[in-house]
Order: sequence, then C-alpha cells, then structure tokens
Amino acid sequence: MSADTLRIALVGNPNCGKTALFNQLTGGRQKVANYAGVTVERKEGRFLAPSGRVLQLLDLPGTYSFDANSPDEQITRDVCEGRYPGEAAPDLIVCVADATNLRLHLRFVLEVKRLGRPVVLALNMMDAAKRRGIAIDVPELQRLLGLPVVETIAVKRGGAKALIDRVDGDIPVAAPAEADDAASRAGLHEQVRTLMAATVSMPRATAAIDDALDRWALHPVFGLGILAVLMFLIFQAVFSWAKPIMDAIQDGITSLGVWVTAALPADSALHSLLNDGVFAGLGAVLVFLPQILILFLFILVLEESGYLPRAAFLLDRLMFKAGLTGRAFIPLLSSFACAIPGIMATRSITDPRDRLTTILVAPLMTCSARLPVYTLLIAAFIPSRTVGGIFNLQGIVLFTLYVVGIISALTVAWVIKRFRKDKSEHALLMELPSYRMPHVRDIALGLWERAKIFLRRVGGIILALTVLLWFLSSFPGAPEGATQPAIDYSFAGRIGHLLQYVFAPVGFNWQICIALIPGLAAREVAVSALGTVYAMSGTDDAVASQLGPMIAQTWTLPTALSLLAWYVFAPQCMSTLAVIRRETNSWRNVALTAGYLFGLAYLASLVTYQVARALL
Amino acid sequence: MRLSDLPKGAAAVVDRVEDAHAEDPIAQRLRDLGFVEGEPVRLVARGPLGADPLLVQIGSTRFALRRSEAARISVRMEAA
Repeated sequence: MSADTLRIALVGNPNCGKTALFNQLTGGRQKVANYAGVTVERKEGRFLAPSGRVLQLLDLPGTYSFDANSPDEQITRDVCEGRYPGEAAPDLIVCVADATNLRLHLRFVLEVKRLGRPVVLALNMMDAAKRRGIAIDVPELQRLLGLPVVETIAVKRGGAKALIDRVDGDIPVAAPAEADDAASRAGLHEQVRTLMAATVSMPRATAAIDDALDRWALHPVFGLGILAVLMFLIFQAVFSWAKPIMDAIQDGITSLGVWVTAALPADSALHSLLNDGVFAGLGAVLVFLPQILILFLFILVLEESGYLPRAAFLLDRLMFKAGLTGRAFIPLLSSFACAIPGIMATRSITDPRDRLTTILVAPLMTCSARLPVYTLLIAAFIPSRTVGGIFNLQGIVLFTLYVVGIISALTVAWVIKRFRKDKSEHALLMELPSYRMPHVRDIALGLWERAKIFLRRVGGIILALTVLLWFLSSFPGAPEGATQPAIDYSFAGRIGHLLQYVFAPVGFNWQICIALIPGLAAREVAVSALGTVYAMSGTDDAVASQLGPMIAQTWTLPTALSLLAWYVFAPQCMSTLAVIRRETNSWRNVALTAGYLFGLAYLASLVTYQVARALL
Repeated sequence: MRLSDLPKGAAAVVDRVEDAHAEDPIAQRLRDLGFVEGEPVRLVARGPLGADPLLVQIGSTRFALRRSEAARISVRMEAA
C-alpha cells in the first residue's frame, strides 16, 4: 500500500447514513435501508480525491456506544481502536451524525473524539433537518467540539462534496485521548446538553408526519390490521400482477426454442439437449423472474420507508413468547428474499443464543427460490377463482404457505427455548427511525441487482445442473426393444426409481425424486429439473414448454400438496448450510439444521399426503 | 414511579436507571442511549399484545423498550 493512501473509517450511530455516504463516495452499491443494523460487516472501497490521492474508505456497522453489545458493534470498536486483526488503525475517522437527531448522535461523537485520533464530523440528512426547521450553528458547533464539521446529504448527488473536500485536505489535529470508564461516560450527556443548548434549535422534537403516521401504524388494532392487509396484498400482487408478463416470457421462450431447434435433426442429441435440457429446464425457471421482482419491489419499499421496525414493534411480544427477540424480525424478513443475507443480518442480535435460535429458524422463512416451486404447483392445481369478491384463491394458498412457514419458525423457536437452560434476560432496545419516502432510483437499482442475481443463477448453476441432469437422463440409452420411455433406463431414471422407495409414502413419483437431488444446490433447480425430466419422458415437443399443464394431468392432488408441504421445510440448500457453518463456526449446528428440517419436511409431506388421500 | 407504569401519552423526567443485577449491560446501554437524570421522556405507544413493548420518546429519538427494560428506569411526572 502506498504512503499516499489515506485510510478513512466511517463510524456513527445506526441508521445515520454511513453506507449511503460510502456508496456516494466510492460509487459502491452496498445495501442501504431505513432501519438500524443494515451493515453488519466492515466493507472497503476506494476513491480518487480531486487532489489525485487515493482514499481508502471503510464502512463500519453502526453503534450507539463503544461499550459493544453485539458482534457487529465489536467490529466497529476494534477497527477504531486499531485492534482489528490484520488492520492498522484508520488515519482519519469520519463520524457521521443524523442532523435531525443530534441529542442521541452527538454523544457518540464525543466518545469517538476521546479515542485521540483525527476526527471529522459529517452532519448528514441536512435536507431533512432544514425541512423540519432545525437550525444548527455549524461554526459554533465546530468551535465547541474542536473538530472540523461538514454538512452532507448522502442521498443527493453531489451531497458529499463538502466532506470530500475536507478529507482531501490536511488531516485535522487529534484531540487528546481520554480514558473510557463509567464515570466519564456519564459526563458525556452533560456535554451534549451544553452543545445542544448552544448550537441547535428545533421547533419540534419529532417530525409531525411521523407522529401522525405512527398513531395509525402502531395503533393496537389498526396497526395490526394494516400489517395484515399489507402482507396479504403482497402475495395477491405476486400472482395477479405477474401473470401477463409471465405469459409473454413463456411464449417468447417457446418460440425461441422452436426457432433455434428447427434447423437440427429431431432425433439428434443436440436437439434433445437444447429442447429438453436448456429450453424446457431453464425456461421453466426463467418465467418466475417477474414474480420475484414484484416480491422484492414490496420488500425494498418497506425497507426504505422505515416501516419494518414498526412491524417488529407490533410483533415483538409474539416473537418474545416464542423465544425470539423483536430484533429477529428484520433478519427473518430478509430471509423471505434468501436465508443467506437473513442469517448474516442476525449479527445485529446482541445475545449469542437469541442469534443462534434465529439462525436455526431462518431457513423456515419462505425464500424467493421457493417461489417458482410454489407458483408452479399452485397454478397447476389450484383453480384461479375469486373468493369473497376480491381475493384470488391462488394468492390465498400462497399466503397460507408463507404463514405455515412463519408458524413453524415460531414453534421451532419455542421448542428450542424449552430446551435452553439459560433464562437470562435479553434486551429489545430498538430505535424506530423517521419515515422516509423511498427513492425511485434506489428501488430501481435494488430490483436491477436482484434481477442480475437471479439471471446469474439461471445462467450459472441452474444451467450447469440442467445440462448435467439432461446427460444423466439421456445415458445410457434404452436397450433394443425397450417398452418404456428411454429415461427409465438412464442413470437418472434408475436413481429416481431407487429413491422412490423412500418417498413413496409421501406420494412423490420418481420424477419428483430426481428433481429433489439437483434442488439441493438451489431450490429453483427442482423446477427446471422437472421441466427436463418431463420433456425427456414425453415424445411430444409441446410438453417441453408446458410443465404446468403436464403435471396437472399426471400428478394427483395429494402428491402436489405433499410436495408443497415438503418445500415449506425443505432443507435443500447447500449455500444456506454453508453460511450457517461460517456464521456459527460449528458443524453441529449445520447437522442440527439439516436434520430437523429434513425430519419436518418428511413428516409434513407424509401427513399432508395421507390425510389428503383419505379425504379426497 | 417507573417508566413502565406511565400511562399512554404521558410525559415525565428521568430520575435514574437502576441495575437489575450487578454488571447489568441493559442498564448500561439505556444510560448510553440517553436515559440519564433530567431527560424528558414521553410514552408514545404500547404494543398491541399485553401492552408490551413500549414506545418511548427521548429527545428526538423513539425507542421500543420491553416492559422489563423500561422498569429499570425510574421517572417523575412533570407538574403540569
């Protein structure tokens, strides 16, 4: 590293806009949202300052105090104190404070100042402060603090210019280091009061709009009602909005498949690979892109708006009874997208046992990779009827599957709590941020990132597994005088028939059994695998592009319901197990998770299948 | 009286945060968050189930605290 590289660390209270500033400065696209604890890792980026120097920027998890409570707060403390393994202390600390909430944030600024390192204070969200009529005497604040103070608007283009100019200049002189103990800590509040009185005037402690919205959003009756309607609306939208786009994609893939394979001899291996493998397999997954994006549209808007911590507030009691903490709400909600970021987000949970419980139940939240499986089966087996005048029956079934996942997570957490010997108390202590209008640009970027992730999976692992599966389903070929379709004699067919001994009691046919195996790598692959397997078994090319109608004809309703039940629990995701191993540093937890999920999945499918068969 | 006993919408001033046991990290964190002598607080809302957790406004910040956490904070009502 050259001597010219200045190392700058961004610190501050949670949700003050550190990551938004980081993105603004480095052109990065780290995730930002409106709640505490989005950033749980240290992230690094660099940018070229106007002077030609390269500045290295560290984005750190937010913390209220250096008296660290949770793993993510500990990272921040260690980096600032120069005790983070393999990393020297930063040359300059940029302390970010929310200008609308200085009474809380200035205290941490004073704590940072006592480290005895060069510090620049960035007063962020100056636009929001001005709108609320908050006046800050910046020169006076700078004089009293003895630190350079700059104003920033992290979410506005060019809003960090003052900060760039300041960090590109001379490094400010550090204040003398002071000891950190309980007595001196208590004195900090007194200093904050003096500073506030001398430099800040606020017409109103909180934004009037927040108070008005919270009267409804946190109302004991209406609040829960709004939450329920919101959740329900999301699942309705996933079905009804996506339909026309999905049909268009489906038609496009079918036409493309016909056009591409037209030139090839119909009985060649390449024709079969493209038609049965690539188009039937990948196409089956690709059509779900609109539904995934609609789900994320809602998640992103909720994240940006500041509503999520309100939902956590409403549900904390319920989650606490189940042995979780309200703070687990956000990691669990992230798990609806994918369990991996969800499990990583548990780093903001203070207590290690609360955190472990949350990690263990996170895979029960219905991740977006399960959406293709659910919607394929629902579209094939549940009639698209209107219920009660406004509700779509398919949307209701989807909603129910999500609810079953949530109830299972609460139940499992409750069981874990029973087995836990330790009954010590764990804090909630959660800040509810100001509401914010989501930015169209941020939402669009978030959706674009999501679409890229999905398409990369389709083009990468899903394509690879589909081709592999096609190979296993094609070879060895059928012997002379074979009476069954060729796939019955192939490797895949044999494996499927073998597995059927295990899965016959839950009603899975051998085609499903085959699809379960590649589904271990990524759940969506189960759909593409079914597409390939059925395309291989059929003689008619039309079957290849119409997986839904195909299974609607050949499966019984109990089998379909049983597979839905299986996927509520389905432990099949290698990446999730790998991240559990990494986050908990224990193979035992991995085995525990995989074992209990497999057991529950089998049990749920068994009960569903046998009950459905008896009733229908 | 304790913060957890405040009626909804009531304002009060913090007296002190008491440790529930020796080396109570929750009490320390509450002090770090600004629950110190003389700070005005207001009970903004209560959770829908069992009136738990509580939403407490201190300065410009809203914190959700469980009853057991809020019980560590003793407050005095402002003379209206």
